[in-house]
Amino acid sequence: MEIKVVKNILEANEVIASQNRGHFAEKGIYVVNLMGSPGAGKTTLLEKTLERLKEKKRIAVIEGDIATSRDAERIAAYAIPTVQINTGAACHLDGNMVRGGLKELDLDQIDLLIVENVGNLVCPAEFKIGENDKVMIISVPEGDDKPLKYPLMFQVSSVLLLNKIDLLPYLDFDIERFQNDALKVNPKLKIMAISCKTGEGLDNWFRWIEEMAASPFARNSSATKSRRH
Amino acid sequence: MHEFGIAQSLLEIVEQEALPYRGSRVTRVKLMIGKLSGVIPDALRFAFEAISMGGIAEGASLVIEEVPLRITCKQCRKVSIMDDPFLICPHCEGTDVEMIAGRELEIKEMEIEDGNQGSQEHP
Repeated sequence: MEIKVVKNILEANEVIASQNRGHFAEKGIYVVNLMGSPGAGKTTLLEKTLERLKEKKRIAVIEGDIATSRDAERIAAYAIPTVQINTGAACHLDGNMVRGGLKELDLDQIDLLIVENVGNLVCPAEFKIGENDKVMIISVPEGDDKPLKYPLMFQVSSVLLLNKIDLLPYLDFDIERFQNDALKVNPKLKIMAISCKTGEGLDNWFRWIEEMAASPFARNSSATKSRRH
Repeated sequence: MHEFGIAQSLLEIVEQEALPYRGSRVTRVKLMIGKLSGVIPDALRFAFEAISMGGIAEGASLVIEEVPLRITCKQCRKVSIMDDPFLICPHCEGTDVEMIAGRELEIKEMEIEDGNQGSQEHP
């Protein structure tokens, strides 16, 4: 006997992600899901971003890692609310894990939540967590062929940060080819070339994230919150 | 790599749907998997086989239909099937396109066999 089912396999996750989304919207929090390979520079980018913006915005961080709390310890040095989620075997964060992490945060005291996903170019792209935007960071040593090899992550991201451009003179990385391929895969992608080491290009990123976190929807509700500083 | 998580969600749906047919077994599950989904059919089969053991879906085969990327162009309104993962209209080179297929991770139907029929094997 055949039974029709017709269901999205990820439906359970999408329901939770949209509930998370609802909570964030209600509290006026702008949420970034930061994705990239291990070693692309996610945590370093986060550190630079906190250095620059922590006096201007009330920021919180959720750190997703398969194991250890090393990243959360790095972020804790900035004295902002940080939650570590260890995914165990899972190669990505999902809506449910983020929902669990939110219990440890005071959402009334946050304007911007940055969720650092597990280092991986495939799986995080598939699982929504309730974010406003997905931001992808990739680094020059990873090679210029990645947009065609891992198209989904490029497709779901709003911003692509190409990190470690200070290494361009030493590597065979064709930046034009990389940008062309990335834009074929996602013509709406904002590409920013940066170096977290030298600071080059980071101002573009800071400007973008600051603008997004001050979007009308975030500002409306944050007007009702009390400022921490 | 995330096939185990997906197999887990799939198994939950299958077992839920099979609940009214207690004593039967699930023999086949039909799926639509988008080419862009990043799911490797063999890895999904392997994961599903491993985690479905001991349950109503043990031994069920996964019939996977791969769905190509399809886009519709908002400029020239043409629909195209894309061999490459590009979101650019091959007719007018417009970039204002909408992805209409290619990211599916869907279960379509499943086949259930009455437990009494194969009673020796599955009492």
